[in-house]
Amino acid sequence: MWRDALLVAGKDVRIELRSRVALWQVLPFAVLVLVLFGFALGPGPTALRSAAPGLYWLAVLFSTVLATQRSVAIEAGEGVRDGLRLSGIDPAGVFLGKAAAVAIQLVAVQVLLGAGIVVLFDVHVETWWLALVASVLATVGLSAAGVLYGALSAGLRVRETLLPLLVLPIVAPVLIAGSRAWSAAVTGAVASGASWLKILGPFAAVYLAVGVALYGPLQETA
Amino acid sequence: MHLAVHFRSAVALTGRFPALSGVDLDVAAGEVVAVLGANGAGKTSLLRACAGLVAVTSGEAVVLGCDLRSDRTVVRRRVGLLGHDPSLYDELTALENVRFAVRAAGLGTDRVGSALDRMGLAGRLRRTPVARMSAGQRRRTALAVLVARAPELWLLDEPHAGLDADARAVVGSLVEEAAESGAAVVLTSHEPELAVPLADRVAVMSGGRIAELRSGCRGTVAPEGVLVALPRDDADVA
Repeated sequence: MWRDALLVAGKDVRIELRSRVALWQVLPFAVLVLVLFGFALGPGPTALRSAAPGLYWLAVLFSTVLATQRSVAIEAGEGVRDGLRLSGIDPAGVFLGKAAAVAIQLVAVQVLLGAGIVVLFDVHVETWWLALVASVLATVGLSAAGVLYGALSAGLRVRETLLPLLVLPIVAPVLIAGSRAWSAAVTGAVASGASWLKILGPFAAVYLAVGVALYGPLQETA
Repeated sequence: MHLAVHFRSAVALTGRFPALSGVDLDVAAGEVVAVLGANGAGKTSLLRACAGLVAVTSGEAVVLGCDLRSDRTVVRRRVGLLGHDPSLYDELTALENVRFAVRAAGLGTDRVGSALDRMGLAGRLRRTPVARMSAGQRRRTALAVLVARAPELWLLDEPHAGLDADARAVVGSLVEEAAESGAAVVLTSHEPELAVPLADRVAVMSGGRIAELRSGCRGTVAPEGVLVALPRDDADVA
């Protein structure tokens, strides 16, 4: 399973590097979301600083939808889907590999957005480890949930419009817990921030486990 | 005689529509069977059923000694399917596509270069992304995947389609080599003049079943009149 996951992740990352969809679409989109929400909130530095963690995670969520749509599109052709089913690759490995490739893109998005909120909103993180742990757990959860729901919508003609409707409500806990954990990381309130990790951790674990178990049957019905 | 394919009264559905309506077919190891028939006769569905991609809902369906209903995943690893829509990633090069397919099958990559050479994909062409290739070059790349994987059962859906004369000749020799190595080959075609000379037997499909089985003329010169007239369209069958 792990060998297959590495193979699929390598293939998806290579395809992304070559198509540059993440570079030219996902990353600019994430920054645009951040800037536009900043305009909507107005120029007050206090309001921007307090809203920054929420805006950051909202931009990450929207970017997750884009990255997932792209991940699904890679395998969208009937021939490619058949090829993957005939390849002998463990479906759990396909799931983990695709989730890893989406996670790598989300890490790039978060690095850029992190720099964005520091530069644009003058945010200074007090407790870096809390922000990092929250980001890692949220990234795993978002990529696993995104790829799982991507597989659910893969065979449908309306998948591109359906996917945001499926994914965004499901990942709302990540938006809430990620924002609160980051707010705590900014203010240095470690105890309250750490409690939100208890949502992000299980979310990631559950979606990883469900994805490993269900990706195969979903691949068959797509 | 070791059977690569054993179908008895095999019925398969695609959605609510019948794809196969009681197929009886045996294909021995080392044998080449050409499947002819009009559009909608069930040729592609037969190949997809053999590959375990279309579920057989009733009847017997045994491929490479495995029951398709219980061991579908095992069968899939051992067959090679060339479909209408090649199983290729557009952004990857021919070399990367074949290498990925071979690694996915758990095989070494030592045969990748020779497989690409065999299909005439040499030099810069093998480093060209598939998206920039012509339809014929894409089909050659898909065939190179099969050559590198060397499956026990080759399922070729209109393998000559979109290929130039040279590549068509290579397809013929590939089929012959696969059969000589002990693999079974089932190929569909709308061009009897290309398919019949490759085949030991010719199955004519109509209405989702085998309407007629004839002798092919593999290794011999096709006698006058052996090329089959295709039946009319079967619009009611997937």
